[in-house]
Amino acid sequence: MAELLVWPALLAYGEAAFAYAGDVRSPGRFGRFATWGVRVGWLAQTALLTFQALSADGFPWNSWAGSLNLFVWLVVSAYLIWGCSPRFRLLGLAVMPLAALLLALSYVAGGTEGGSGLAWSDVLLVVHVALVLAAFAGFTVAGGLAALELWQERVLKRRPAGILRLRAPSLVALDRLTIATVAVSLVTLTAGIIPGLARLPESGLDVLVVGTAVLWILGAAILYLRVRAGRRELAAALALGALGAVIVLQLGLLATHVA
Amino acid sequence: MRLLLVGTSHRLAPVEVRERVALDSDGEAALARRLGEGGEAVCLSTCNRTELYLAAADTEVAGERATVELADLGRIPRGELEPYLYRLEQDAAATHLFRVAAGLDSLVPGEGEIQGQVRAAYERGAVGPLLDRLFRHALQTGKRARSETAIGERPASVASAAAALAAQVFGDLSGRELLVVGAGKVGQLAAKHLVSRGAALTVVANRTFDRASALASQFEASAQPLDSVESQLSEADIVVSSTSAREQIVSREQVERALPARKGRPLLLLDLAVPRDLDPAIRELHGSFLFDIDDLQAVVEETLTGRRGEAVRAEEIVAAEGERFRDWLGSLDAVPAIASLRDRAESIRRGELAKASPRLAGLSERERYAVESLTSQIVNKLLHQPIMRLKEAGPGEDGEQRAPEGRLQG
Repeated sequence: MAELLVWPALLAYGEAAFAYAGDVRSPGRFGRFATWGVRVGWLAQTALLTFQALSADGFPWNSWAGSLNLFVWLVVSAYLIWGCSPRFRLLGLAVMPLAALLLALSYVAGGTEGGSGLAWSDVLLVVHVALVLAAFAGFTVAGGLAALELWQERVLKRRPAGILRLRAPSLVALDRLTIATVAVSLVTLTAGIIPGLARLPESGLDVLVVGTAVLWILGAAILYLRVRAGRRELAAALALGALGAVIVLQLGLLATHVA
Repeated sequence: MRLLLVGTSHRLAPVEVRERVALDSDGEAALARRLGEGGEAVCLSTCNRTELYLAAADTEVAGERATVELADLGRIPRGELEPYLYRLEQDAAATHLFRVAAGLDSLVPGEGEIQGQVRAAYERGAVGPLLDRLFRHALQTGKRARSETAIGERPASVASAAAALAAQVFGDLSGRELLVVGAGKVGQLAAKHLVSRGAALTVVANRTFDRASALASQFEASAQPLDSVESQLSEADIVVSSTSAREQIVSREQVERALPARKGRPLLLLDLAVPRDLDPAIRELHGSFLFDIDDLQAVVEETLTGRRGEAVRAEEIVAAEGERFRDWLGSLDAVPAIASLRDRAESIRRGELAKASPRLAGLSERERYAVESLTSQIVNKLLHQPIMRLKEAGPGEDGEQRAPEGRLQG
């Protein structure tokens, strides 16, 4: 059954990625296909996660591959909430190939099958993993938005004649969305860290814990720089750095932590 | 009724001729009323064209009247005016109007104003069934061309490019503060475009205070002397500068001092002056975006190139809509023939019923009604195919209804 749901999700995400690429080359023609690809893929993956949750004995995403599956779903959800519209197609071009790639990776590594390593009764750990993953997804989307903002800034500085041809979101809208996404992600990360702290005496301090703390500090620094110090560009650059941190944490270190 | 267009435009006539036959809105309405007596008429007059759309039984007479009216209007001898006039009939006239409404016949392809002008002319015209259908179809075609192609999407003047760039930086311009430096026409036009998108003109700074006040009063802004510009830089979101000063008005250092107080809010500076008012080194500062007149003109040029490409797609839409209108016109020409066929069939039906009435005398009211209904249905079914054939055949070269090819039936 899981197999039946993985392929539609993978194909739809892949189709969305290609459609976004086509839409950048020839604006307006493929945008609708891209949006529908995101929606259909998200629905298929939601069904997959629901099936996993219902059929597994415990929390099914506690393995590295499983968490990758959940992470992809959270990233696409955040993208659907914030920016699945024609003006954000450049963000889609960054998010959807990544989503397709990571979901494929998760599938190959067995993350789309049921898991049983973590009992539902271990509520604190389930909440901890789910919230931290949600925060990672938020920082990923914020990083994408920040990249788009820095690109927009560069274009405005270079002043090419075709500046209005690529209809990207305005600089101010990107700035506002990046900061809002970072703020929500930071709150989620904080909420996810608290149950983790309760387990710290038994699990001990490892690289992932340090990495998550670094991410929290980065998030707080972004908000401080943008809201208090008015350093918009530096805040965007740090948001991009936070995305890098998430990639390192998700792809590299999580394996050692939850596997 | 046949459709006729008599008119002149920038493609044929110089401005000296166009301005003499131009009409204001009251003039358009009055002329449409005069020409519409016994038919239908719409006058479309813009800075690029004066066109009279007529629906008349005799297009020769109607065309003659329209030419005389235009000659009288411009006080130009008819012989001198005629080389500048074009006359189009039926679907050629319709397709021309569709091109006009889509902005394909405009100086700047895809310009948006023409759609409103066509609508206003239609509303002021003396319209009947033919021109009503024609103008509604033209407005739909214009809308379709703009929504299905990018012909009208990007700016085609320096002032509108300035407004589009501001939207690129700020998105919605509502509540964005605008500072205009210099009270000349260029700055005024750019301010108008920005204000129409929601920006609020708060300050006009000019060397001559009276001119600053005159412009400021139009937008409920405040007038300031030129040396107060620096103090406004921390508040304004958009600065439009277009003075005729020989020296620089805003330096890099002045903007640099203003930026910390802006708390990361971008500052867009548009320098429309030659020589330039704003120090080009402002570009080096983070958070400020400076565009000069060359940058804006390059954007406009690129836009026009893009629009010309989109015009090819828009022409396809116009051609398809023109074809649809031609079919409708054809079916209109078949109306008298269809009516005559129906009358003939109905009189035969009634005659046959009358002949049979002695044999039907014993029928009840209900049975009589059933016989009436049955014979009507048979006639309608027999006529259906011939009528469809007549509609499909359409008008011939001479405008007369063509005989359908082959048999009327099956």
